Amino acid sequence: MSSTGRIVTVYGNMVTAEVEGTIRQNAVAYCQRSDGVRLMSEIIRIRGKLADMQVFELTRGLKVGDVVEITEELLSLELGPGLIGMIYDGLQNPLPEMAAQVGKFLEPGHYLKALDRKQDWDFTPLVAPGAVVTAAENLGKVKEKIFDHFIMAPFSLTGEWKVKSIAPAGKYKVDQEVATLEKDGQTMPVTMIQRWPVRIPLGIYRERLLPTQTMVTKQRIIDTFFPVMLGGTYCIPGPFGAGKTVLQQITSRYAEIDLVIVAACGERAGEVVETLREFPHLKDPRTGKTLIERTIIICNTSSMPVAARESSVYTAITLGEYYRQVGLNVLLLADSTSRWAQALREMSGRLEEIPGEEAFPAYLESSIARFYERGGIVELKDGRKASLTVGGTVSPAGGNFEEPVTQGTLKVVGAFLGLSYARSYARRFPAIDPLESWSKYSGVIAHEKVSWAHSFLKRGKSIFEMMQVVGEEGTSIDDFIIYLKSEFLDNVYLQQNSFDEVDAACPVDRQQHLFEMVTGILEHKFEITNKAAARDLFFTLTEQFRDWNYSPWQSDQMKTAQDAIKATLSGKEATNA
Amino acid sequence: MRKYYNKIDNIAGNVATLKATGVGYEELAVVEGSWGKSLAQVIKVSGDNVSLQVFSGTRGVSTGDRVSFLGASMRFSFSDDLFGRVFSGGGEARDGRGELTDNLIEVGGLAVNPAIRLMPHRMIPTNIPMIDVFNTLVEGQKLPIFSIPGEPYNELLARIALQAEADVIVFGGMGLKYDEYLFFKNRLEEGGAMNRSIMFIHTASDPVVECLQTPDIALTVAEQFAVRGKRVLVLLTDMTNFSNALKEISITMEQIPSNRGYPGDLYSQLASRYEKAVVFEEGGSITLMAVTTMPGDDVTHPVPDNTGYITEGQFYLKGGVIDPFGSLSRLKQQVNGKTRDDHRAIMDGCIQLYAKCRETREKRAMGFEMSDWDNKLLKYGESFEKQIMSFSANIGLFDALQQCWSILAEHFEPRETGIRSNLCDQFWPKK
Repeated sequence: MSSTGRIVTVYGNMVTAEVEGTIRQNAVAYCQRSDGVRLMSEIIRIRGKLADMQVFELTRGLKVGDVVEITEELLSLELGPGLIGMIYDGLQNPLPEMAAQVGKFLEPGHYLKALDRKQDWDFTPLVAPGAVVTAAENLGKVKEKIFDHFIMAPFSLTGEWKVKSIAPAGKYKVDQEVATLEKDGQTMPVTMIQRWPVRIPLGIYRERLLPTQTMVTKQRIIDTFFPVMLGGTYCIPGPFGAGKTVLQQITSRYAEIDLVIVAACGERAGEVVETLREFPHLKDPRTGKTLIERTIIICNTSSMPVAARESSVYTAITLGEYYRQVGLNVLLLADSTSRWAQALREMSGRLEEIPGEEAFPAYLESSIARFYERGGIVELKDGRKASLTVGGTVSPAGGNFEEPVTQGTLKVVGAFLGLSYARSYARRFPAIDPLESWSKYSGVIAHEKVSWAHSFLKRGKSIFEMMQVVGEEGTSIDDFIIYLKSEFLDNVYLQQNSFDEVDAACPVDRQQHLFEMVTGILEHKFEITNKAAARDLFFTLTEQFRDWNYSPWQSDQMKTAQDAIKATLSGKEATNA
Repeated sequence: MRKYYNKIDNIAGNVATLKATGVGYEELAVVEGSWGKSLAQVIKVSGDNVSLQVFSGTRGVSTGDRVSFLGASMRFSFSDDLFGRVFSGGGEARDGRGELTDNLIEVGGLAVNPAIRLMPHRMIPTNIPMIDVFNTLVEGQKLPIFSIPGEPYNELLARIALQAEADVIVFGGMGLKYDEYLFFKNRLEEGGAMNRSIMFIHTASDPVVECLQTPDIALTVAEQFAVRGKRVLVLLTDMTNFSNALKEISITMEQIPSNRGYPGDLYSQLASRYEKAVVFEEGGSITLMAVTTMPGDDVTHPVPDNTGYITEGQFYLKGGVIDPFGSLSRLKQQVNGKTRDDHRAIMDGCIQLYAKCRETREKRAMGFEMSDWDNKLLKYGESFEKQIMSFSANIGLFDALQQCWSILAEHFEPRETGIRSNLCDQFWPKK
């Protein structure tokens, strides 16, 4: 039963309506402008007969007394085959379709179906009539891109239902009935479409597991030093210009994962456009298909209405949970969670809630925690493992990590990849600060080895700082060589050239090989007494290792580079022995 | 039939509240009294209470003044008649040539669908080597000029306006000193660009609310031209004044401030303006350059900080030059691979050497001994600053690249520059 109400207050994107009848918290409502346009809204507070709503569109032109239709349904998504490769706004409207229908600008009040009703899907039944199923158990499957997209029993089922009928193999559209279930004389038709409210976590599985497998990003500094695991969570805070978005883009390209969901939340439209225009042409080396065939883009850029920005991260994570339910390993990249937090702050201000730190609402931390907790690796009801990994960027004001969003995020994530302006200023990319970042996960190289190598970075830094005061002359040659070794490690291992075809993505075996080579240099006792000669030697080594990094795996070019490195080292030993 | 109201209940700051019915959110109203009349905009409706933001301020407004509602939000006339005209921030004629009333369009319209945007891909030549060579401006880019007060940011803006190829120049001045306004007007007239320019001027003595309107009207006009296939250059100065006006209004409305008194939605407010920069498939575009003065040279101040997260880089004006280190054009990669083979190499090479020169200067200042190499760097730095960084350098891209090569050749051997040898073979000046 839906009810209706009348607007009593309009203030920014918050509208209050007086409602006769029942009101459900977080239900969808439509504010009707006097020209008939219906603006989608969500109820976020109820006080007696008054419902406060955040409107997902510009509220210009709404009047006191305008009609509000209040529905019973929570803000929900349409889930089913056909989501992959789509570009949606924060409310799951397909944007290219929208452009085709209403033109260049986003007109308020236009809402489109998320799934294409015309497309045929090759359905294969997986159960026979008489089978007993519970929520989220497979009934059949269709092929979506390269994946088996399982058609599941409705997520909202309670208890055991019997399959009364199931469609034979053949072509069906998403809204056609493919099965009928029954329980206690009740029957339920099932199509390929499910609806699920975005604010309620979707997770129907046997058990949630501990993440144990590294998610390979092909970025050395991440996979080796600050790894992320399938089903884990991580955050990338950094000041502007430090390369957050570039890092997200690189990850979305190279990560070894089935499906990437990119949530552009309150960021520049230009960055989404880049992904949008390039992904259909870039090849995914794992599958040979284009990248767009393993990507869903949720796009609510900074000039689009703020309330829809707030819901867009939930839209993205719900899609992620859905494909985890289908059985895939999914990576959600949210850029940027600070914009989402700001949207929360704007709404909280309009609700006149008592503010917390920096005017963010008091529930900021718990909202962040709940969001990241929706990630995870699980064992599905049929025994397959599937995961949702969540990575969020944070844009702290003034680049200061002490602010509430960064701090609230650090408490709940498993890895912290802190970007530093100093490193990006010095063109050391990816600009992840190796001394501030941390990860609780294990990576592609044994932990002891990594922390031994990492110790060079720490010592190198303190020697460098000392050198600033006492000059090179006042530094002992041993210290100086340690400093050079730390710079060497930084230059040839931590830094990676994303513009170079080969170096942009460094697979695991290559990382392990390079790590051994670099370890060899770090362990090597150089018998040099002259600082200029030492510097010169390390310049040469750095250059030669870079050549190695730029050479295709096991090519002649790589062999040449390797020989050059050997020659440099043996030459040194010969002269110094 | 227009309804009049003759009773205002509250007046505080620039906001007047009265009882009225049937009023739409963001609708325009006219307040008339013995002091004159002013436009006002509805910023809150609650029951029969309507809050109005009075454009010319509430000074002298009486509770007995007459208020009427216009039944529509802010509109502005759009046509080719706009060229050469000067308007106030509120959209009234400032040049005494009469108001325009045809073809009214809604101000502060809707967001562009990201799915139809194109990647910016055309370079905008400015004849300023620090821009063309090192941080190329790209059509459709949004780029602020970060500057401390006192730097020649307005000169830079005026130069870009005159030298950049654009079909239409839309200028929005916020909180300008009157002589700054005259400076821009004179420069555009002298440069013969006035007939393709439209100016919206809010001076420091004009009402604060009009400061908020200025970028909206300017960008709305720009957008209309861009939709019609024109390449539009929008210049805004100074966005810090705009942000301060936002702060003033939000505090009057008793909003809880988030950071140094600025409202929590500062980011969204700035972004919705900057994001008007666009390239359409049919060829029209908006390129947006805006001055952001940084109080106390503090880039972490909320205005430059939020701006940096929104824009595609920044020009950092420091010591009278565009600082090569703080400045960044995020879109330069889109175009500088297509200009000339040596462009990227010169861009990286010259800056790396100049960075080393700066390090050497620090070393010298601390009293360390100078080697031959150090002396070379110092001399190179001087030439580079004089011939390339200086504001007086006014040469096209290819000439600027040539100039860079000859500075390099004057001070270094090819292998010392770190530039790939095949490029040196091709471009190194023959003696």
